[in-house]
Amino acid sequence: MSAAPETLAAGLLQRDRRAVAQALNLVEDARPAARGRIAALLRLVRDDVAEAGHVVGVTGPPGVGKSTLSAALARSLRRRGQRVGLVAVDPSSLASGGSLLGDRARMGDGEPDPGLFIRSLATGGHAGGLSHAAPAAIRVLLAAYDVVLVETTGVGQTETEVRDVVDTVALVVQPGSGDTLQFLKAGVMEIPDLLVVNKADHEALATRAVSDLRSALATAERIGLGGGLSILATSATTGRGFEDLAAALAAHRASLGDSLAARRRAGEVAWAAARFTARHGSHGVARLGGDDALRARIADALPGSAVPLVVDALSTLFLEDLSRAIAPKAETPS
Amino acid sequence: MSERDRPWIMRTYAGHSTARASNALYRTNLAKGQTGLSVAFDLPTQTGYDADHLLARGEVGKVGVPISHLGDMRTLMDRLPVEQMNTSMTINATAAWLLSLYVALAEEQSAAVAMLRGTTQNDIVKEYLSRGTYVFPPAPSLRLITDMIGFTVERVPKWNPINICSYHLQEAGATPVQELAYALVTAIGVLDAVKEAGKVPAERFPKVVGRISFFVNAGIRFVEEMCKMRAFVALWDRICRERYGVEDPKLRRFRYGMQVNSLGLTEQQPENNILRIVLEMLAVTLSKDSRARAIQLPAWNEALGLPRPWDQQWSLRAQQILAYETDLLEYGDLFAGSVEVQKKQRALEEEAWAEVERVLAEGGAVAAVESGSIKQRLVESNAARLRRIEAGQQVVVGVNKYLEGAPSPLVADLDEAILVVDPKVEAEQVASLARWRETRGDVHAALDALREAAAGDANVMPASIAAAKAGVTTGEWAGALREVFGEYRAPTGIAASAPLTPSVESAEGETARIRRARGGLTKKLGRRPRLLVGKPGLDGHSNGAEQIALKARDVGFDVVYEGIRLTPAQIASSALEEGVHLIGLSILSGSHAALVPEVLEALKDAGVEAPVVVGGIIPDADAGRLRDAGVARVYTPKDFELDRIMSDLAELVAEASA
Ligand code: B12
Ligand SMILES: Nc1nc2c(ncn2[C@@H]2O[C@H](COP(=O)(O)OP(=O)(O)OP(=O)(O)O)[C@@H](O)[C@H]2O)c(=O)[nH]1
Ligand SMILES: [Mg+2]
Repeated sequence: MSAAPETLAAGLLQRDRRAVAQALNLVEDARPAARGRIAALLRLVRDDVAEAGHVVGVTGPPGVGKSTLSAALARSLRRRGQRVGLVAVDPSSLASGGSLLGDRARMGDGEPDPGLFIRSLATGGHAGGLSHAAPAAIRVLLAAYDVVLVETTGVGQTETEVRDVVDTVALVVQPGSGDTLQFLKAGVMEIPDLLVVNKADHEALATRAVSDLRSALATAERIGLGGGLSILATSATTGRGFEDLAAALAAHRASLGDSLAARRRAGEVAWAAARFTARHGSHGVARLGGDDALRARIADALPGSAVPLVVDALSTLFLEDLSRAIAPKAETPS
Repeated sequence: MSERDRPWIMRTYAGHSTARASNALYRTNLAKGQTGLSVAFDLPTQTGYDADHLLARGEVGKVGVPISHLGDMRTLMDRLPVEQMNTSMTINATAAWLLSLYVALAEEQSAAVAMLRGTTQNDIVKEYLSRGTYVFPPAPSLRLITDMIGFTVERVPKWNPINICSYHLQEAGATPVQELAYALVTAIGVLDAVKEAGKVPAERFPKVVGRISFFVNAGIRFVEEMCKMRAFVALWDRICRERYGVEDPKLRRFRYGMQVNSLGLTEQQPENNILRIVLEMLAVTLSKDSRARAIQLPAWNEALGLPRPWDQQWSLRAQQILAYETDLLEYGDLFAGSVEVQKKQRALEEEAWAEVERVLAEGGAVAAVESGSIKQRLVESNAARLRRIEAGQQVVVGVNKYLEGAPSPLVADLDEAILVVDPKVEAEQVASLARWRETRGDVHAALDALREAAAGDANVMPASIAAAKAGVTTGEWAGALREVFGEYRAPTGIAASAPLTPSVESAEGETARIRRARGGLTKKLGRRPRLLVGKPGLDGHSNGAEQIALKARDVGFDVVYEGIRLTPAQIASSALEEGVHLIGLSILSGSHAALVPEVLEALKDAGVEAPVVVGGIIPDADAGRLRDAGVARVYTPKDFELDRIMSDLAELVAEASA
């Protein structure tokens, strides 16, 4: 029933939809027994995805139109001949753990397109606007598609994890989004690579929205905002602005040049570090010498390996260290 | 004895198979004393597809009559004098087209167009919220409506160009307060749009207000429903006066037709339904001050399938007995001055008004459609209703109480107890459409003119009527407008719906038990079980799919639901991409026999091995056939215990993964 990692990896590189689906099922598998196979798969595609393609994060407050915009963007990328993988993350209900992956609702139109693959992921209670499987799912899609779009849940102020897993962060806001700017200025929300004012349904609205943001940003330039940040206006319902958006994304990808591989490596390190921290807390991090030391260890271990294996190895290290530390104490009655 | 009032118009919602068969049906119905026509169109006609379109498969002539062009309209109205008929058409996204065909027919017969009487339903807002036969996005849809209003006010002054519908809102779960509020904000949305479009001179605007009619619902709590009707009358009067400054009281009258609640009609002990229907009819007839102008009733076998002529006749007889045998029409209003009625009416008015203001503050009906906020409230109300029934808090005789009884002779042969449309009619319609296309003249110029009118500011009606006369087909008309306006998918309303908080111990216990079992399943599968709820074909009945999706989430499934009207290929593609463990199809329109095998085939092609279950209006014999074709389970309305369905689904996933 479950194909071998080698078969899946080969299928991914041949852009076989069935292999993509199975590989995504695998990386979502939380059973300890699956971890080896996930790691093997990730290792097999590691070189292929190191510098290939483009991963774009679409993030922003609830209801600004991320899903509609992602769908419209996917269509305009398809028109440019690019193959698109899309990961849509939806929140899960805390009580039941279940979720309604309703965002797909606004994506389908017309007959299925073999050059577009959409997978919804539930957060499963994972904070940060993503799902635990998202980083691996992105790598799977990157092996088979030219552009991978990642739609986060409607993020609040503190959820900035997306930066670690994508090459380009597009922050979507609505016209007249004073609050978002406040968050940006206050440094609560991470600085995006691209600011998209969606719901700019007609020319006048688009022009006003962009100039409003520009002037607000001008006053914030001293904190590094404004200068290089491009601002675009779109209307996901009428399709306005998507050619420009696609071009701006491509331009950002090109501007990354050689730094792309480094950025992705750093993202992978951050992913592994977050995994380790989620498992063992800040105490675990401290035990291994603090955050910087942890990241250095991860960076050393990653080439030739994969995140799940590295995290497992570090876990073992930590647990051994811990048991050495508490073993003598166990004999002293408390 | 005082003079008797004139009775309301009695209608039977009818149409099926072909224009010819429906014409025959109308003529017999009129002979039985029915006083108006109420045309049911098939789903391809309602959604702007020709009978030979891929999406029309299995649906041609099924739930209504297919009208593909002027020739079909001629046949439909054969030997029925258009000038004397009062014709109500349940048509919405393509309303401008059906009215064009009707007007073209009248002109052809040299009838006075100004004399035409009837109604095009034409309330697009409730299509997005409940009924599902929308095509274009809200803005161009509203534009079509304002064009029709502008046209009829000038040219067909006795026509009701739009019938604001609260009926379908109750069928999608609305409470009386929600029914009042959302119908009223819809009417406001339409009138505001007409005003804004500026195509009607200001002095004629009160006339436009006066042309607005309503189509409402009445459920089994008939006292409350009667109070609701009185509240409608009062609130509408207030809106006409305060918002639109209409001085003439005649133009402020709340004119409405109605159909009683069908959502509450049961598959179990279906003979009881006729009693429910009669009681519900009282809600809109007892109080003279808020009496319906036209009534159409569902039939006792509503939950089994399409009614036969006899079934509809039984309901018509109920109307006739009430109107002609009883003394009801001899009195003035029976409730004027009743303290109880007044109290309830006031309470409904106040609550409804608060909800009206909430929606207006959100930007009005269209904004609240686009945001999904109204839809979400309806889904939540419906979920609450189902939960009460499942928990036994709301008694439904024959369903959760008084289950034992003597077998009913009416349902001795269930498969005979409904109307079955001959599957051959689809091929017939396709063939006659092909003949039509061959024999008509060139339609390019007419379609170009239509596109041009749609893209510009002109009223689309003249170009549309010209297209009707030129021989354009329904699919071509809608296709041209789809090119100009685009196509819309409405929010499903479920994504943000509140979790079900079981209000009774037993339900809590059961839900929690299933959740625990599901937890075990997650361990076994390595990820949460995933369910795809799919609606193939043109069927717009979404209640069942929505409620199954919500409940499945609440017991811990990851649920993918993409709304109505998907092709088998789209469903298969989603199933593959989303890596689901189980696929649940919901089909109520009767097209399961054609569609389910197609979905199974598409899934196979895509390499999806997950089990498939089907729910909806599935006659027993068909259920057997579906199971033979490989469907794992079949559910029908009698399976009202959602918890039981959920246990089943979890077991199926467990078995399939073993
Ligand atoms: C409510 C209703 C409507 C509402 C729908 C609102 C909405 N958004 O859903 C409105 C008023 C809009 C409507 C319109 C029409 N309706 Co209607 N409608 C009904 C009615 C009264 C109830 C259906 C319902 O919602 N039940 C409540 C839900 C919760 O139950 P359910 O869907 O059956 O689901 C249960 C099970 O079947 C099962 N199930 C269902 N799906 C699934 C899926 C899965 C995965 C699982 C596990 C289980 C499952 O579990 C559920 C829980 O119990 C039925 C008759 C009846 N009493 O059943 C007619 C009925 C379905 N409608 C009918 C028709 C013809 C129409 C129209 C096509 C009429 C026309 N010509 O225009 C229109 C157009 C609709 C369209 N676009 O397709 C016919 C269909 C005839 C047929 N099958 O041969 C029926 C049977 C009435 C009749 N006897 O004529 N309708
Ligand atoms: N007018 C207008 N409406 C839009 C536009 N883009 C999206 N919408 C509407 O805004 C609403 C929310 O859109 P979504 O795409 O679901 O927004 P989202 O950001 O993905 O929402 P969450 O995932 O719930 O945070 C929907 O009703 C869309 O139809 C736009 O450009 N113009
Ligand atoms: Mg979204």
